[in-house]
Amino acid sequence: MKYCLILLMLLVSSIVQATTPEEDLKNFRDYYLNLFAEKGVKLNDFKDGVYSIDKVSRESWEAVEEFPPYEIAIDEGKTLFQTPFTNGKTYASCFKNEGKGIRQDYPYFDAKTNQVKTLEMEINECREANGEKPLKWKKGDIAKISAYMAFTSRGNKMNVIIPQDNPEAIKWYERGRKHFYAKRGQLNLSCANCHKDAAGKKIRADVLSPALGHVTHFPVYRSKWGNLGTLHRRYGGCNKQVRALPFPAQSEEYRALEYFHSYMSNGIEVNGPGARK
Amino acid sequence: MQRIKKVLVASSLSVIIGTGAMLTSNVMADASKESSDIEAMIAEGKKIAFNRKKGNCLACHEIKGGVLPGNIGPILISIKARFPDKSKLREQIWDASIAKPDTIMVPFGRHKVLTEDEIDKVVEFIYSL
Repeated sequence: MKYCLILLMLLVSSIVQATTPEEDLKNFRDYYLNLFAEKGVKLNDFKDGVYSIDKVSRESWEAVEEFPPYEIAIDEGKTLFQTPFTNGKTYASCFKNEGKGIRQDYPYFDAKTNQVKTLEMEINECREANGEKPLKWKKGDIAKISAYMAFTSRGNKMNVIIPQDNPEAIKWYERGRKHFYAKRGQLNLSCANCHKDAAGKKIRADVLSPALGHVTHFPVYRSKWGNLGTLHRRYGGCNKQVRALPFPAQSEEYRALEYFHSYMSNGIEVNGPGARK
Repeated sequence: MQRIKKVLVASSLSVIIGTGAMLTSNVMADASKESSDIEAMIAEGKKIAFNRKKGNCLACHEIKGGVLPGNIGPILISIKARFPDKSKLREQIWDASIAKPDTIMVPFGRHKVLTEDEIDKVVEFIYSL
């Protein structure tokens, strides 16, 4: 009887206790690896997004990648990155390793400010610290600089850290996780409904991309946009598509989502910027 | 006397038959009016169902007469066999989570994506498949 009680208590506590980010990550990966096991898709293949699971669209994407539409933007981003501010300093002075090969570490939790910091956020903080005006968040110069910084990080594996002993960091992570799984908008769809539950299925003629590996190829050049855009620009588009009011780019809500979303792609190579339909 | 009786019977019979014929033709007219009403509802329902800004059913379902359907939901075929009770089909479209709490399907009625009248028409169309 005593043992029964102890067992019961253990069972109850295991149900009540929320899963850790580490456990979430394992479950998340396993879900997609299992879902596309028949196609032989490996973890790192998910960096190619929908093209890792759909042969037909992969062919036209490969053709696009031969003359990448984002190539000019990388060059422009490099120029912007290297051009000194009025005070003579450059972006390199604000980042570790002079800003090269660091994309995989973003976003990260900053214990000093209790904020989740994104790469774009630190690009603008760098500008302001050097007496320059911040850039607009969703496209244009900020996307180009971010694209160049992603380009210098190609091949590095996503390495987002959730400090498990910091309750503030866990709060950010949980907020992002909640956003991902919560139904929203008039169409009542969560991120997970389309990009997890129905990943690989067709919505009209389009194949729904898996959320695993989403973040590795941002910023992206979308044919629909005709230019380069940041991850938060895409989040806003997704929210509008389900007829929900989008949150502002770099709002706490989207930074929290990016924190969860990026952590879920840990171990997958950065290959941004990318090209999409 | 016998003759009078016969005439009476005959005339009353003709009245009955006549009335009957009139009644039958009324019923037939009603029936054909009803079926043409339903035909009109089905046609309107189809337009709403295929409209990307309205039902957009083809986003997820394969439906006869629609091109480039999605495959998130089941193919809409043999609906009468799957929903013998038309009101259950209406409920499914109005809010699919009543029958299946973890459904992905848009709650067209609960979230007012379609009006009640539009849902009635879509139900007639889907029921005809």
